[in-house]
Parts: sequence; structure tokens; C-alpha cells
Amino acid sequence: MSTTATTTQMPSAGYGAALWRALKSFGLLRESWVGMVGAFLVLFWVMVAILAPLIATFDPNSSIQPFAKPGMVAAKGGTFWLGTDHIGRDILSRIVWGSRTVLIYAPLATISAYTVGILMGLLAGYRRGWVDDVLSRLADIILSFPVLVLYIIIIATIGASGINIIIAITFASSPGIMRIVRGLVLDLRNRDYVAAAQTRGESDWKVMLVEILPNARGPLIVDACLRLGYVIITIGVLGFLGLGLPPPDPDWGGMVNETRQMAMAFPHMTLFPCIAISSLILGFNLLADGLREISLRD
Amino acid sequence: MNDDQAPVLICKDLSISYYTRAGEIPAVVDFSLTVLPGETIGIVGESGCGKSTVAMAIMQYMGANGGIKSGSITFKDRDLNQMSESELRRIRGSEIAMIYQEPFASLNPSLKISTQLMEVPLAHEKISTEEARQRALQMLSDVKLPDPERIMDSYPHQLSGGQQQRVVIAMGLLSNPSLLLLDEPTTALDVTVEAGIVKLVADISKKFGTSQIYISHNLGLILETCDRVFVMYSGEVVEEGTIDSLFTWPRHPYTHGLFACIPLPTADKNAAPLKPIRGQLPLPFERPQGCYYHPRCDHFKPGLCDQEHISMAHVEGSAADHRVRCLRYNEIDHHLQTPDGEVKKALELGEQVLEVDHMKKYYEVRDTSLRALISGKRVRYVKANEELNFSAREGETVAIVGESGCGKSTFAKVLMGLEKGTDGEVRHRDKDLSDIAVRDRSAKQIGSLQMVFQNPFDTLNPSHSIGGQISRVIKKFGVEKDKKKIFDRVMTLLDTVKLPRDFYFRKPRQLSGGQKQRIGIARAFAGNPSMVIADEPVSALDVSVAAAVTELLMDIQREQKTTLLFISHDLSVVRYLSDRIVVMYLGHILERGTTEQIFTPPYSPYTEALLSAVPIADPEVTKREIVLEGNLPSAMNPPKGCPFCTRCHRRIGDICDNEPPPEQVVVDRHVIKCHIPLEELKKVEPVIHVPDESERLHARH
Amino acid sequence: MVTLVIKRIGFMIFTMIIVSLILFLLLETELTGDPAARVLGQFSNEEQRELWREQHGYNQPVMVRYVKWLGNFATGDLGESIRFKGPVADVMLPRLWNTAILGFWTFAIMIPLSLTLGVLSGMREGSMLDRSISVFGILTTSVPEFASAVFFSALFVFGLKWLPGTSSMSGGFEFRQLILPVMVLVVYDFGYVARMTRASMAEVMTSQYIRTAVLKGLPYKSVIVKHALRNALIAPFTVIMLQINWLLSGVIVVEFFFAYKGFGALILEASLNNDIALLEACAMVAVFVAVATQTLADIGYTFLNPRIRFS
Repeated sequence: MSTTATTTQMPSAGYGAALWRALKSFGLLRESWVGMVGAFLVLFWVMVAILAPLIATFDPNSSIQPFAKPGMVAAKGGTFWLGTDHIGRDILSRIVWGSRTVLIYAPLATISAYTVGILMGLLAGYRRGWVDDVLSRLADIILSFPVLVLYIIIIATIGASGINIIIAITFASSPGIMRIVRGLVLDLRNRDYVAAAQTRGESDWKVMLVEILPNARGPLIVDACLRLGYVIITIGVLGFLGLGLPPPDPDWGGMVNETRQMAMAFPHMTLFPCIAISSLILGFNLLADGLREISLRD
Repeated sequence: MNDDQAPVLICKDLSISYYTRAGEIPAVVDFSLTVLPGETIGIVGESGCGKSTVAMAIMQYMGANGGIKSGSITFKDRDLNQMSESELRRIRGSEIAMIYQEPFASLNPSLKISTQLMEVPLAHEKISTEEARQRALQMLSDVKLPDPERIMDSYPHQLSGGQQQRVVIAMGLLSNPSLLLLDEPTTALDVTVEAGIVKLVADISKKFGTSQIYISHNLGLILETCDRVFVMYSGEVVEEGTIDSLFTWPRHPYTHGLFACIPLPTADKNAAPLKPIRGQLPLPFERPQGCYYHPRCDHFKPGLCDQEHISMAHVEGSAADHRVRCLRYNEIDHHLQTPDGEVKKALELGEQVLEVDHMKKYYEVRDTSLRALISGKRVRYVKANEELNFSAREGETVAIVGESGCGKSTFAKVLMGLEKGTDGEVRHRDKDLSDIAVRDRSAKQIGSLQMVFQNPFDTLNPSHSIGGQISRVIKKFGVEKDKKKIFDRVMTLLDTVKLPRDFYFRKPRQLSGGQKQRIGIARAFAGNPSMVIADEPVSALDVSVAAAVTELLMDIQREQKTTLLFISHDLSVVRYLSDRIVVMYLGHILERGTTEQIFTPPYSPYTEALLSAVPIADPEVTKREIVLEGNLPSAMNPPKGCPFCTRCHRRIGDICDNEPPPEQVVVDRHVIKCHIPLEELKKVEPVIHVPDESERLHARH
Repeated sequence: MVTLVIKRIGFMIFTMIIVSLILFLLLETELTGDPAARVLGQFSNEEQRELWREQHGYNQPVMVRYVKWLGNFATGDLGESIRFKGPVADVMLPRLWNTAILGFWTFAIMIPLSLTLGVLSGMREGSMLDRSISVFGILTTSVPEFASAVFFSALFVFGLKWLPGTSSMSGGFEFRQLILPVMVLVVYDFGYVARMTRASMAEVMTSQYIRTAVLKGLPYKSVIVKHALRNALIAPFTVIMLQINWLLSGVIVVEFFFAYKGFGALILEASLNNDIALLEACAMVAVFVAVATQTLADIGYTFLNPRIRFS
């Protein structure tokens, strides 16, 4: 190993390496069958979302033939594998395209909530004092709202749209993330390597982002998986309550809402979207459990 | 001890394994032990040697993945391995009891002490609650706890560490067991508190006739408590014998190596440097063929030591029960090599580098309780450092000694700029640093004042590579700018701390504790510091590893003429490596002077007690026994007068309680803070008596 | 202890005031759009809106309005509901009662079930029971309430035809109509509480003081009941209290799905119909219930935990 060759390999920042290790720990999932099942479910839906134009046999928003039962052959050719809804839209195509909606908005909302939550948590846990007091009180107050009541109020005032849902989710879940990060930081800030960084005069942000945050990643990755599942539930529930994305774009929760009056006669209209959303959430929850199990192991 | 009596416990050819995902891990192999009534057996060894596993096997409490593979454990003619869970239950707690390492974790946090004590006799004997209560009270006073009624009514968290351990001991003794297992019972305690517990433990067998197995990593503690000792290495006993025989004539090279790693009060760093054992403890599944110790042994003979598994053999010409697991013990004459193998040159001391001048550090604590709100006394002060005065010169090693809460770490924080001093000055190279936060110091100032941290397991950031962490320091202090030069500098530093260069790419979790601590040292020396603060750098390491790290630190210091501020609670280490000592108690410096001055009268009474509390692994060294009463007072609520007055064995009267003691200068730079006149203090007998080399047993042979 | 209770109650009042301020700013001011337009609909003209503002005192300064609004609230005058054409209090109280019945049955079934299963699986970590409960818990928490409502309806209403599909109680109170809503809520909440209990129990079982208790030779029952449970149930206690907060979200979905005339459905109706006075009152009540249970949880936690109680 020559010195010049090695210098080029020098890892400059911790995040590349952290990402690599995170990927490797996904490789470790092989050892947890729960995690494997979860990863499979999530991957399945990701693939569906990516390949939506190829899988969906019909336009999700055009009414073709109302009240078709699953498996019925369409008059103009093609099969309604999962039937159609009351205004004649193909349910399979709506579910397939709906996976895109959910897999775009849920991660965006989660990332947005994490960015805010991590920044607040780092500040509160590291600076402590009045910063911590103010941020923690604020978090307590937001968290004291029953979540759905909070969403209803926010959506009622700012209206239902994709961006507003992201804002609402960020507002409602960043305090929870902040609490977790804060707890981790309060523990990590007392480590000797943090003291070492402080004694060599590193800036606060450098200490927070380079020394503390990478070591909090384990619990945070697990929590992010769980929260992603929860955000999907939230988006689904909002859709179900009629507060979700405005029609006609397919949205799993909205599909249930629109057809639930007909559920008595046509259970397939509500059943399939529910199976879709539950399996995706289950995927994230199982994945989180597998990751947690692995992280506890070493 | 009566040899005719039937043994209490016999372990025969015991092998214990753990079964993990990685396969079977043999934790203990070929372990045999006989315990006679009233006898105290010591088991000593470094971490991972299997000593605690033995205790758990005797209790038959191995957890889900542990199991006894072969051999028998016979307790009073009954095979414990064959017993059912309910038979075991009848024996546990009543006939065999155990004392644990961390007393606080061992007590149930939500039950009162009385409940936890009384349930022991209630579970094993048919007695009334009242009787059980009386028994518990009696036992609490037997373990010398003041005010047993109050203790009974307390929850564990309301007691101090020493009190908790006494409660656990009382709990163990309540049903008058025949065998008591003690697993490192004093590791979590302060030195002076430890001394009290050790005395108590040593008295148990005399008073109750209980047999004991005392597990420890500290040879000095074993010497003070045990009759016979078993030395374990990598899962097997390598040597056993009576205290006198084994401590005076250790036969196994490992036992011998261990002794060479412990600083004795006779030794100092220049005349007789510590001789660390080279290499590392093998992992349980990587044990070498033949003698497990051979890769680290100086007397290794190829073709002999690395062949078959070696069994224990009786040492010829010694007491009946001195046995050793070594094929060459007879050929090795350890004494040929020990005396003054190597002498290192003492450093010339340079100019004064550090001067601490009436430094004070008070913390403000806001009391938010209702009472404080009403009385208006919302802000209280914790006096972490009170009037510190001392100095250090270039190349000098100054030790700050004291127990927990004495303020030694606070002082380090002020010096490093992590906290600001409340009053007074801390001058480093004539510049007052006490109120300059680290961020306001220049890179040069920061680089010249660096620190080695206590806990090897979090001194390095687990997320970054070793190379990255050291490079960062070099870059930060502006020692080198160019990437290539930085890399070369890291390589040099790795060489300096005697680690392979490819550690550059490793992550901290791939390193052992000792290696991590070496990286910590490399990091501290990366900016060519003129002064390094080492906060208990070896206290978390095993004896042999600690010796190597200590030596390394000394060597680098010698080479670079660095001033070393060594913070420690261990007087024997301090005695070994420091030129000057500062003794702290509850924020005050009670005595300061050269090492020689501290270790000879006149002493401050606290120094005297500390000296008496140091366990010394040399049976021929005698100590005067001073056991302190009571607990360390809280720094929140220190005594009004002398900080030590609540526990002092030489308290002279109300003056101690009410007036802060004056500084009395014995000679230049030897200062004692005490009310007792110097004349009186000078009359005190030395605490430690070390026999002359000519008086020693081995010298006479 | 007394200090803590007073502090917690003080903080509770503080939270309520901040929450009322947030609600007021969101719903009653121009911060998020014209309230007049919100109430009268987007097709109302400026004249109508001005008239409405004049009538309802919206032309006064914000702070004056807030103080007045808060004063009315504190004295029990919750305003008029536009949708139900009557005092908000009269609309809300019977709905609250209905939700209380729903909540009561949910808790009465969920708590014993999840605690028992959680403790049993925590006692034997890694056992078959433990693994099954663990996976089952993940499964149930993964299914949103509206989805499990769909699944249960499909099974019990359309498939087996055992239970009614709506719970509107139009013909008077009928217990059969309560079964499905309660089942949905129990299934969703049970997994989380059981998992928390399990984690807490498992942690206690590996603690050193349990080892001490076993090695004291105490009977197994005594180790579990006297030493383990007391410590292991402290954490689930808090979780259960906080579950009331979750339940308030859950009832919205369940009541909406089964057309149950409860408090959750009322909030949703108020929001969908821009019934601002009703929405404010409902939100305040919901937050009050949530904050009050949190306060109780905190005080209870302290009381259960001698380490905090005596320090």
C-alpha cells in the first residue's frame, strides 16, 4: 500500500461512510426474517410505483365501466382484475398509480419532518439551557394535541393539497422526532470524544453534526422506518376523511372514502385499497423491527 | 481453619461454555477448586478470564446461552448440576449467597430495604415477620451500618454506594450461608469506602465462619481478604496457592508478569519501570495450542509449550497446595531478571509552565422546589473547586489525587476552557486561561494544552476512522496543512504509540481498550503539546494493558519533555509515576508536595487515610489500619469548617467543624491544610512500612 | 411531590392558554385567510362579509377579541353552532358522552389484554409466545383504523352477517352496534401497548436486581409479582395514559366510518362544514382531555417511582 494511494482513499467526511454502513446493515437483514419480509414488501411497492405505467392496464382517472366485479372482462378489451368503482374507474390501475402518490408524499413529508426535528433536537440537547426549555415546551404543546385533531385543524385552515399535507405532517411530527434526537444527544454529548472535539475548539455545529449526529443514526433509522409507516397511515386517514389530496388523482385513503357507501354491495371497491395500504405500512414496520433487532445484536 | 473438616464446595474438572451465533465459546476450561469451611478463596484475573463465569456456574445461573459442559460442582456432598430448580431455590440465598459488583443495580429500586432484607429469611425459614425484621436489624448493625432503623425504611437510591454494598452484604449473610460469593464487590466504590468494605469482608469468615470466594482483578485486595488464591488466564487457572506462597514465590510466568505490571509502593518510574506483558489476551475461540499463555511468554520453548494442553502440577518443594500450569516453572528463575532490569533517566525539570493561583470554581444550581421558591433561596452554589494553589514545571508529572466529587475533573475542565473559573487565575506560560473559553483560544494555545480521557470506550468517535480522527486534530491545530504531510504525521504518531500503521483505516470498534487509549494518547500529542492532562487514563483497563499504556505515556513524556497532569484516584499508580502530588477532597487541596513528601509524615489526616486504603499486592509490606467512618459528604452541602471534619479520625474539636483550616507550609512547596499543629502531624508514624531489600523473604533464600 | 403536582397543573394551564391562542390565531384571524369568507363560503360577496364581521365583532382589535373570546370560553359560553343551529355546549355534551362509552369499552378490553400478553411475552423473551405476540402486534399496528374497519365489516357484516355495519344507534342504544367500533380501536391500540409492556418487562427481567431476587432463592412467583411487575408496569402506565390522546384520533376515524354519533365525528363535521365555534370548542375539549391525562400520567409516574418520589 503506497502512501499516495492511501491518501486518496482518505475518508473526508463521516456521512459517506455512514451511508455505506447503513446500506451494509440492510445487507445484514438476511439474518432477520421479519426484516426480510418487510424489505420485500417495501421493495415490491417501490417497484410497482416505478413501473406503474407498465403495470396499470387502464387510465386510472377515466370512467370505463361502473360496478365491474373483479376479473370481469372490459367491453373494449382488457380485464378489470380488481374490478371497477362506482364511476367505472379500474381499481387495479388506481391502486398502482396511487402507490406513486403515497411513495412520493410520505418520504418527502418524513424527510421534511426529520430535518426540522433533528435540527431542533440537536439544538435543544446540545445547547440546553433556555434554548432547550423553549423548544421542549413548544414540542410539549404541539404533542398535547390529539394528532388527528391537529391535522384536521391545520387542513381546515390552510386547505387540502400535497404541499399542505407535507407541512401539516412536518408540523405535527417534528416535535416527536425532536424529543428522540434530544434524548440521544443528551446521552452522546457527555461522551469523551465530544469533549475531545470541544477541547480542540471545534464549533458547536461541527460537534453536533460531525461528532454527535452520526452516532445517533442507529435509533434514528429505525424510528424513520416506523415513522414512514405512520406517515402513510396519516396520509391514508386524511384521504379517508376527505381531507387528503383533492380528486381525481388516485389516493388509497380517498378511494375507500369514495366507495365506502357502496361497500355493502361491492366490497372489492374498499377491500383492495385497504390491503394495499396495510401491506405497505406492514412492510415499513417489519423492516423497522428487523433493523432494530440487528442493531441490538452487535 | 481445620483441615479435617469436610469441604464446603468442590468443583472438579469444570468446563463451561457459552453458545452464541458464532458457535460455542469455551469460557472456563479444566477448573478445579476445593473450599474448606471458613476459608476465603480469591480468584484473580483480567477481564474475560472467566472468573465471574465460575461464580455464576456455582449459583447455577448461567442464562439462556450458557451451560456446564463437563465436570461437577459439589456443594456439601450434593451435586449442584443435578439439582432441580426448586432444590436450587432452597440452597440459593440460604446456603450459598452472592454479593455483586454494582450494589445499586442489584437492589430493587422500588422496594424498601426492609422488604428486600426480610424476604430472605421469610423465604427460607419458617419464622414470623417480626423475627425476620429483628434479624435484619441485627444484621444491618453487624455490617456496621449506623441507624439500622432508618436504613430499613429507606429505598436503595437514598443510600450511598458504600451503604448499598453493606446492605447487599447483610442480605447475603441473613440466612447464615455456608458459602458467600463476592464478585468484585468494591469495584464501583471509592478508595476509602472500599477499605471499609474490605475490612468488613475480611471479618466475615472470622465472625460467622462463612466460606468465601472473592473474585477480583486486584491482587492487592485479594491479599487483604483471602487465604488462598487462584490466578486465572484465558479461561483456566494457571496457578494456585496460599497467599504467602503465591505472592512471595509466584511460579507461573503470567502470575509473575501480573506482579511486574502493578506499581508497588517501593517502585518508581525511573528506577524500576513497569514491565507490561506483551501481546493481547487471546479471544476464547482463538486460544493457541498448548499453553494458552505461550505467545506472550518470555520463557516460551517451541516444541514444548505449544504442543498438548497442559495440566496443573504441584510445585515441588513448596506448600502442599501450591500448583502451577507450566511445564518449565522449575527451570525459570524469575529473580534473575527482576532486579533493575532497566533504568530510565529522570527528566531534568525546566521552567514553570503552569501556575494555579487561588482558583475557584462554583457552579450555580437553581433549586426549583417549592420550599426554595417560598424561602427565596433559589440559587445555591456547588463549590467544585475552592482556592486551588499549585504549580507545575516543564517535564514534570503532577498528580491530582482524590475520590469522586473532589473536584479534580472540574479543574481539568477549567484548564481546558470547557468551563470558566469563578475566581483566581490559572496561568499557562504566564497567560491566565481561567476565563478564556476554548473557542476564544488560539489554535496554538489549544494545541499546546491537550487531554487524554478516561474511558477508552468513548474516547474515540465510533463513526469515524482512526486516521480521520487524528488527521482532524493535526489540521485543526495547523501543525501541517498539506494532505500528504498530515498523513505522514499520522503515521509517525501511530509509530510513536506503537500501533501498526494500517490502523489508520480502522474503525474504533475494531480496537481493544488498550489500543483505543493509545490512539487517545496519539491524538493528544498530535499538536506537540507542552502540557497534557490525563484524566484516569488507565483506570478502566486491565492490569497488564494499563501497565503498557502507562509506560507509553511516560516514554512519550520523557521524549517530548511534556508537563503531565495526571488525575487519578489510585495512589499506587500516582506514587509510581508522579514527581509531585496534589491531594484533593471536596474541592479543597488538603495537601501538596513532592511524592516523597506526601508518602512520609507529616501527613494531612486525609492523605494518611488514603494511604492506608491503598491495597498493596506485597505480603511483606505492612500498613497501619485507618478505616474512615461515614460517607463522602455531598458537594452541594459541604461541611462548614474543614471539608474532611465529618470523617476525620484525628478531629481535634469544634474548630474543625466551624473554621476552614489554614494552609501550613512544612517546607517549600509542601503544604498541608489542617488545624492540627505541624508539630503534632510530624509525630505521626508512617502508614506504610516497606521492608528493606535485605529483610525480604526471597532475599534470605 | 407537592411541588411537582403544582408545577404540572401550572404547565397544564399554560398549555391550554397557548393552545387557545394558536386556535384563535388559526381560525379567527386573517392569518390563514378571511374568517368571514370561511364561514359564509367563497361565493359570498364583500358586502355580506362586512356585515357579518360587523355583527360578530370582527372589526375590533385582535387582542381585544382574543381576551373576550377566552373570557366567554372560561365562563362556559362556547358560542353558537352554525351547522346544528344551537349552543355549542348542547351539541357537544351528548356526543362526548357517547365517545366516553366507546372509549371506556375500548380501554376495558385493551388494557387487560395487552398488559397480560405483554408481561407474558416479556417474561420469556424469545419464546414462541413472545415472537407470535411481537409479530401480531406489528401486524395490527400496521393496519390503519379505516382499513381494519373495512376488513372487519367485510368479515362480520357482509361475510358472516353477525353484526350491523353501522352504529348510528338510530333506534336507541344497542350494544351490538358498539362491538365493531370497539374491536377496531382495540386491535389498533393493543399492539403498541403490548409491545411497550413487553419491552419494559423484558428489560426488568434481565436487570441485576431480578438476578439478585432469583439468587436469594425466592419462589418464582414472588420474583415476578413482587420484584418484576412493580418495576415493569411503570412504563406501560404512562403509555396507557398517553393512549387516551391516540384514542381521540382513533375515534374520529371509527365514528366517521360507522356513523356513530360521537365527539370524533363531531369534530370532523365541524371542520368539513366550517363550523368555527364548534370546531374551536371541540378542539379545546380534545386538547384539555389530552393534557389532563398527560398531567395525570406524569404525576402517576412520579408516584409509582420511589426514585423520583423521594428526591
